[in-house]
Amino acid sequence: MPTDPHDRDAVITGVGLASCLGSGVEAHWTALNDPAGFRPVVDTNSFAPAIVHPIAPLDLDKQIPKRGDQRQMEAWQRIGVFAAGLALDAAGVKGNTELLGKMDMIVAAGGGERDYTVDEAILSGLPQATDKGAFLNEHLLGDIRPTLFLAQLSNLLAGNISIVHGVIGSSRTFMGEEACGADAVRIACARIAAGQGDLMLVGGSYNAQRPDVVLHYEMGRLTAEAPFAGVWSRQANGGGLALGSLGCFLVIESRAHARARGAEPLCHIAGIRTDRSRRETGQATANARAQLATFQTDIDRASCAVISGASGVAAATQEEAAWLAELGLPVRATATALGHGLEPSFPASLALAAMAVQNRRLFNPLEPAEARMEHPLTQALVTSWGHWRGEALALVTAA
Amino acid sequence: MRSATDHLGRPVVAVTGMGVITSLGQGQAENWQALTAGRSGIRGISRFPTTGMRTTIAGTVDFIPVSELSAPALSERLAELVVEEAIAEANLGAGGDFPGPLFLALPPVEMEWPQREALAAASGAKDAVRYDDLRRAARAGGFEAYYRRFLFGSVGENLASRFGTKGSPIAASTACATGGTAIQLGVEAIRRGETDAALVVGTDASVNPESIIRFSLLSALSTRNDPPAGASRPFSKDREGFVMAEGAGALVLESLASARARGATVLGVIEGCGEAADGFHRTRSSPDGKPIIACIQRALEDAGLVPDAIGYINAHGTGTPENDKMEWVGITAVFGNRAGTIPMSSNKSMIGHTLTAAGAVEAIFTVLSLKHGVLPPTINYETPDPALPVDCVPNVARACEVEHAISNSFGFGGQNVCLVIGAAD
Repeated sequence: MPTDPHDRDAVITGVGLASCLGSGVEAHWTALNDPAGFRPVVDTNSFAPAIVHPIAPLDLDKQIPKRGDQRQMEAWQRIGVFAAGLALDAAGVKGNTELLGKMDMIVAAGGGERDYTVDEAILSGLPQATDKGAFLNEHLLGDIRPTLFLAQLSNLLAGNISIVHGVIGSSRTFMGEEACGADAVRIACARIAAGQGDLMLVGGSYNAQRPDVVLHYEMGRLTAEAPFAGVWSRQANGGGLALGSLGCFLVIESRAHARARGAEPLCHIAGIRTDRSRRETGQATANARAQLATFQTDIDRASCAVISGASGVAAATQEEAAWLAELGLPVRATATALGHGLEPSFPASLALAAMAVQNRRLFNPLEPAEARMEHPLTQALVTSWGHWRGEALALVTAA
Repeated sequence: MRSATDHLGRPVVAVTGMGVITSLGQGQAENWQALTAGRSGIRGISRFPTTGMRTTIAGTVDFIPVSELSAPALSERLAELVVEEAIAEANLGAGGDFPGPLFLALPPVEMEWPQREALAAASGAKDAVRYDDLRRAARAGGFEAYYRRFLFGSVGENLASRFGTKGSPIAASTACATGGTAIQLGVEAIRRGETDAALVVGTDASVNPESIIRFSLLSALSTRNDPPAGASRPFSKDREGFVMAEGAGALVLESLASARARGATVLGVIEGCGEAADGFHRTRSSPDGKPIIACIQRALEDAGLVPDAIGYINAHGTGTPENDKMEWVGITAVFGNRAGTIPMSSNKSMIGHTLTAAGAVEAIFTVLSLKHGVLPPTINYETPDPALPVDCVPNVARACEVEHAISNSFGFGGQNVCLVIGAAD
């Protein structure tokens, strides 16, 4: 039987996105193309002086119909299960038990929320406790909700997607900030190319509105402080990241599989590479250059733009900005629009790239440093340089 | 001689190096001797006060020192040691230049109580300590090392730097099936032709008060504290929970063709991998056992073997009432009448449940079982459960030549992985 050489192409057939800009592809495209100019959605009060991008109100019942399921989850899981449901809907596989039964899932995840009241009570009582160990044990045993652990375990975002949406072909979770989101997509595409899978659900979620995660990046002294400025403009004041609550899932499948079930691909992931370096000056750039050189599809400079995953953290963002200037293509920084969402940040950038390719145009500049693009867009490069480690590059082309 | 490609024309994946640490000791030799002698590594917890806890025992690894003890710090140190053993045995990729990617099975990472207490102390907050106080202390500086240590990516990055693995390190988390998942990721990469070799490490050193209490609150742990060695009782009628444990296992995976070309000794072969997710419940298996059955059947299919070819089952065998029952349901469905006659033992009876690392550690023990023709026993098997008429290799190791075995791993969140492991030629 003759086979089409493009049968094993990885195409995106569904995008599910929830962020500070709203839920769903349309809400995002509208917000990104506001004729009055882009208006960032930030909360500068709740975690002052840090800035976070708060999740827009989500109509959870639409994607997580059982209230019992919603109660079993913490916010990071609800955001993720919601976004996964949007992606399954968009791809036309929601509720299709035959397809969901063989769908493979790769989730990029950190961990879940703590019980902040319990933590604060324990920390308040410990200094006075005569037997500190006994005090800690007593309060952990007595005060923590027994099932909280299941809202904290990294793989329980995937677990909840299996329960709520019935994605049960397989389930794998990758951990490790930005890099794991890019590796989840890379391995999904590699498996599709090699015939190790046909239909994949890939993505992740992040809840930025948590004192423990803000604390984590404050320990690293990496948070941007109010007033808010875009990822590129804030470099003048030392850079830093503004965390964003974010859920993004993509349905990625082989072109042949999409064709056979009559699904319309939004775009083709024509190339994706991930790597690491120790981040000595120039190493990330060297990785990016090498990654770009491996792509089989030529870059059509007139029709291509860059969706950058730059976090805002000074060293990596400034090195990436210099490389992007050298490339000379129009650029948009996802984190200015959605905030920086760590694990799902690369899938979210890929989602924005898919929207742009599908609409044949780049969305409006997010800040003064970003140039307008008048020429129709048919390709997008997607970067993800982790705020600490990991460099990824993808090329998205028209389907 | 085994063909270098399998029944589907894919590269056969060999194991050419292994390293292991459990509560039984450090290294393959020490572990194998203890395991086949039926010795338990479970002991009373001395690392922290257990006052008020229902479970006061664990299979801790207390003989490997680390500065600034935390789960990721000890997990990383155990991983380093087992990788060193594995690459020395494989004689591949020494000197910080391993010629392939890293697939790591790692427990979820988060800051622990000593660090929270240090932040609270630095904040100077009196009486009522709030997260705002911790955050204020953090912004004042001096806690960058905590930030780095408790990144989810730091263990993988540090290992990749130290051993010079290629590409972006993958840190997987599929709960108690993670070790199996990491091996599957490595096998798939070699089968895709992306690499000739892959380094797989499973590591878990999470025995701390909050981890014990979390499992305790889910009623998952054995509370049979005295004597500790008798607590882990897989397949027994009086089993009542698992025993939390620490350990690490590393495997150098390599295409058989590449191993032969460089004259490496093949220790065993990963012949097949199967996985299935379960959407029934967050901690419980589908009562019909379908996902467990599917993952075993998929592994056999992937290996191109029929159930009759399997001569040994390295059970997940946690010793919880639920797991052992469901595993038996799966085994009987797949193996039919042979179910009670295929030896099926649980390493966890001796080493406890090494959680994230279990799939890797137990795959190593399965390779050793095939290599030595000896099946480690299930100890503490005193009261058989009539509902589980399993040949669990009760209490005493058994000489038995086996060509193909399976190793099961199941985890919270509906995670199920099964590996088919074959003897070297």
